[in-house]
Amino acid sequence: MSFIIRGRVWKYGDNINTDIISPGQYMSLSVEKQAEHAMEAIDPTFHEKVQPGDIIVAGNNFGSGSSRETAQMVLKHHQIGAIVANSFARIFYRNSINVGLPVVEMSDTSIIQEGDEIEIDLLAGKIINHTQQAEYKGTKLPEHLIEMVKIGGLEPYLAKKLGIS
Amino acid sequence: MGMTIAEKILAKASGQSGVKAGDIVWAQVDIALMHDLLGPWLVDGGFKRLGGKLHDKEKVVVVSDHCTPPATVQQANILKYTRDWAREHDLSYYYEFEGPCHQVIAEHGHVRPGRVILGTDSHTCMAGGLGAFATGIGSTEMIGVLLTGETWLKVPETIKIVWDGELPEGVYAKDMVLKTIKDLGHAGATYQAIEFSGTAIRNLSIDERLVLSNMAVEAGAKAGLIEPDEKVIEYLKLKGVTDDIELIASDEDAEYVRTIHYNASELEPQVACPHEVDNVHPISAVEGIKVDQVYLGSCTNGRLSDLRIAAQILKGKKIAKGIRCLVVPASQYIWSQASKEGLLNIFSEAGCVVNMPSCGACGGFTSGVIGDGEVVMSSSNRNFRGRMGSPKGEVYLGSPASVAATALEGKITDPKKYLLKGVM
Repeated sequence: MSFIIRGRVWKYGDNINTDIISPGQYMSLSVEKQAEHAMEAIDPTFHEKVQPGDIIVAGNNFGSGSSRETAQMVLKHHQIGAIVANSFARIFYRNSINVGLPVVEMSDTSIIQEGDEIEIDLLAGKIINHTQQAEYKGTKLPEHLIEMVKIGGLEPYLAKKLGIS
Repeated sequence: MGMTIAEKILAKASGQSGVKAGDIVWAQVDIALMHDLLGPWLVDGGFKRLGGKLHDKEKVVVVSDHCTPPATVQQANILKYTRDWAREHDLSYYYEFEGPCHQVIAEHGHVRPGRVILGTDSHTCMAGGLGAFATGIGSTEMIGVLLTGETWLKVPETIKIVWDGELPEGVYAKDMVLKTIKDLGHAGATYQAIEFSGTAIRNLSIDERLVLSNMAVEAGAKAGLIEPDEKVIEYLKLKGVTDDIELIASDEDAEYVRTIHYNASELEPQVACPHEVDNVHPISAVEGIKVDQVYLGSCTNGRLSDLRIAAQILKGKKIAKGIRCLVVPASQYIWSQASKEGLLNIFSEAGCVVNMPSCGACGGFTSGVIGDGEVVMSSSNRNFRGRMGSPKGEVYLGSPASVAATALEGKITDPKKYLLKGVM
């Protein structure tokens, strides 16, 4: 996982829960099929318009609800570069780090507009808005997780811990 | 400084004499719980790449509940995968077609005070009602737990929720937890544990305590704990657990991040309105909203005491014309008990349909999902857009009594008038 991510912004509101990101009724399908329904309850064209590297910017409590990692899987399938939100639900935040999907909290995401080009520095906890020529403070990665993120998430971290190459 | 229940359990699980909120610990996991939809099917790839050897198979419990009974070939295949995986790894604890995993692991004695239970389902926190530190994790994190038997956890701060006083007729644990979630907000306890205490909590049966701990995650909480007492020992005895059970309590001088007091006697039935669980109103404010379906079941409110209350309201009556009432007992054991007590007959004669125990329509998986524009009143735990089927549908949440009264009238109804003496 890279520590610098740059991409175009898609804006969403508060409480984008896991039933919106990954609706339960499609969870037994393949990831490709599930990804066609990602976010459809609030944005039916999401799966068509989103491009690799795009960044989701949202309000409070992103990823609330289920522990389903299919939420990360469909977003990774669309090659979402990162998610910036005012706050994240706990399990979603943890799962994202485990699978190498960058997540950053900042105090007020409302100043970022849809279509803005932003750049995130995960280690410095910094967000640069190239469109608005502004810089915002985000949260840094928790220290105990830096090593895990550096090597690409929990699976490679475990491989190292267990001595599996 | 004293410790909370959460701190005590995590101190023990990480081999330390004391920990405090904010500490990062490596905790030994007592039960690794997976269900079919987020279990072996998703876990096995990474698990195999990392050697594929279980750290301790006796600590792994797998319950197939989301795809049961399968409604599609894909679900049947996931179920088959899960069953084969359990067999291949020679698991001692694999259950299927028995009901939602949280109820099944409680009934089979896997949940005990002081245990650390991690499951690939957000409502794993239900086990906190019996005094376990239990929380939901993702499938990737489960790979680590299966391989190493441990994971890192941040010791959470604890919010103390105190309910004193006596619940009025027609008001239940579901109403208490909905009111609590309303006040905390759906993210109000994020990264924190909730400890429910007070005389009104002590007086609740285990069935009802599990409602509170089940829904702690709907306020964003990591765990929902209730101090275990004699009722827990009695409950476990009935499930065949007779080992010495350590009753863990928070110390007098334990530190809480905040404390909220409630008087149960002032509470009226509560309803969570679309599309968030903290969009809660007293039932009087939403009475009369027409419904197409009512759903009595789920790991939140499909237990025997719930079915008894609903049967009391429905006995000898008929549900409203033109609506469906689905009853889904939370386990095979409950189904069987309800059958012995004649409850299933009462439901059937009232015009309800009794489904087999499973996660069912609660998560939009199998029997009973709703269509565009349809409205459901449910005793389950989540009312997110699209949760029970169509994203164009609407889900209201209430107690089993409120659900049963709503079934009779076809519109959201305060259950009190069907419970007061002399009305029956």
